Amino acid sequence: MRIRCPFCGERGLEEFSPKGDAAPTRPALSNKDPEAWHSFVHLRENPKGQHREYFQHSGGCRAWLIVTRDTRTHNILDVTLARQEKR
Amino acid sequence: MQRYSAFQLFKQALTGNTGWQRAWRDPAPKPRYDAIIIGGGGHGLATAYYMAKNHGMANVAVLEKGWLGGGNTGRNTTLIRSNYITPGNTEFFDHSMTLWQGLSRDLNYNCMISHRGQFVLAHSPEQMDIYRHRANVMKGQGIDVELVGLADLSRRIPELDTSPSARFPVYGAIFQPLAGSVRHDAVAWGYARAADARGVDIIQQCEVTGITRAVDGRVTGVETTRGPIKSDRVGIAVAGNTSEVCRLAGLRLPLESHCLTAYVSEPLKPVLDHVVTFGAGLMYVSQSNKGGLVFGGAIEGYNSYAQRGNLPRVQNVVTDLLAMFPNLPRVKLLRSWGGIQDMTMDGSPLMGTTPIPGLFLNGGWCYQGFKATPAAGWCFAHTLATGTPHPLIECFGLNRFETGHILEEYPQGPEPMLH
Ligand SMILES: Cc1cc2nc3c(=O)[nH]c(=O)nc-3n(C[C@H](O)[C@H](O)[C@H](O)COP(=O)(O)OP(=O)(O)OC[C@H]3O[C@@H](n4cnc5c(N)ncnc54)[C@H](O)[C@@H]3O)c2cc1C
Ligand SMILES: [Zn+2]
Repeated sequence: MRIRCPFCGERGLEEFSPKGDAAPTRPALSNKDPEAWHSFVHLRENPKGQHREYFQHSGGCRAWLIVTRDTRTHNILDVTLARQEKR
Repeated sequence: MQRYSAFQLFKQALTGNTGWQRAWRDPAPKPRYDAIIIGGGGHGLATAYYMAKNHGMANVAVLEKGWLGGGNTGRNTTLIRSNYITPGNTEFFDHSMTLWQGLSRDLNYNCMISHRGQFVLAHSPEQMDIYRHRANVMKGQGIDVELVGLADLSRRIPELDTSPSARFPVYGAIFQPLAGSVRHDAVAWGYARAADARGVDIIQQCEVTGITRAVDGRVTGVETTRGPIKSDRVGIAVAGNTSEVCRLAGLRLPLESHCLTAYVSEPLKPVLDHVVTFGAGLMYVSQSNKGGLVFGGAIEGYNSYAQRGNLPRVQNVVTDLLAMFPNLPRVKLLRSWGGIQDMTMDGSPLMGTTPIPGLFLNGGWCYQGFKATPAAGWCFAHTLATGTPHPLIECFGLNRFETGHILEEYPQGPEPMLH
């Protein structure tokens, strides 16, 4: 698996640290519903197919990326900077 | 069932081996069963066997999308052990070890169970202290373990680099004599044959594509590639596909699927009598009866259903192996293969009831599902037969994440890739 970092170009997987599913969004801190927090902390879609996930280019420019990848084939479809996401 | 014995072997040899019968039938699915088990791995087959044997329920079907043991049961590195210290884990894995000990005889199938013992290495005095603590807790619970010093260790594992100049110097180890290895395929085949003999239908090439439910939400059966099958009890035991199958019933789970790779070297003369686990990284090795070094390491770390890993992990695992056994670099790697593990948020399995009446779950086994096979089958059979979790698996309930009863043998937080 090779990932195309927006800054450094295409690099080997060994330079990157995976950090899991990019889908869960943290509930507002004022949110007192335990179900919302349980869902954020624990529950995952875990799809067989397209998955958006964080990788850090820890062995390179250290940027946080969001990689869209097919979990059946490891085929990478898209790489963007995590900070460009509106959250 | 045609019983296997030395006499039978002798008799068949004299008659040209023409009298062997099929080990299990190949039935067409019936329209309805008392219970359906999805997944023909060790767990599903053991569950069916103990349902028939312990609970007198034989009108049971095991549905397997491929072939028996084609999932993780046939892909794992075959290690069994029960050196846990967390309440819940200790009792469960101890029960599993007890069942392993009598399994070949119980199934009338040689599972080649080898209690060759496992060493887990310590690479610092502090790590030795941690093992001393773990050993004390285990001994307090009746699990036979011992601490092994350096001199003893280099005598028992002569090839291990115990010199002070080792890449990660070794200080000692914790040893469980009962740990060892079991012929993985034989576990699937042995349970299948024994379950079939008690009347269970084992149906291969039958993928579950839907879970049907009544208006009140109750489970009424499954849709499969071989047509619909009815049953008001459905048990899921599909390892790496747990999220996918549970999605059919609208359940989201606290787990991720990750790829783990196993490796085997070319056959060597006997060099390693025991299982050895590295203590400065996740890596372990044993030698198979055929002479190949069988070893494994950590999962890849990113979600995967691909059943194959990437090269950085190969290099990482092999480097760990050579740090322990620097005399092996010219040994050739013969094969490697991946399996999809269901990694949970606390590293412990998910077993028991689900919010859906009639739907039961056995999954989330992370690295430890093979050694769990007999006890998981035993307890899941109880759960399916009675509708309530067996006492030994109450701690593995799906709702523990909501209630805060997290079960972490090695605390890492809710990060599946770290468990
Ligand atoms: C490389 C590797 C090494 C491992 N090493 C060890 C070890 O040394 N010790 C240890 O204790 N554990 C180990 N494990 C973990 C262990 O192998 C598993 O946890 C265990 O085998 C799971 O057994 P199972 O019966 O639940 O799953 P499986 O054997 O995977 O069986 C599940 C079955 O369900 C079927 N299935 C899936 N979806 C469907 C569907 N929709 N319809 C019908 N059938 C379906 C699959 O085809 C499969 O055959 C290892 C795992 C891997 C991948
Ligand atoms: Zn970069």
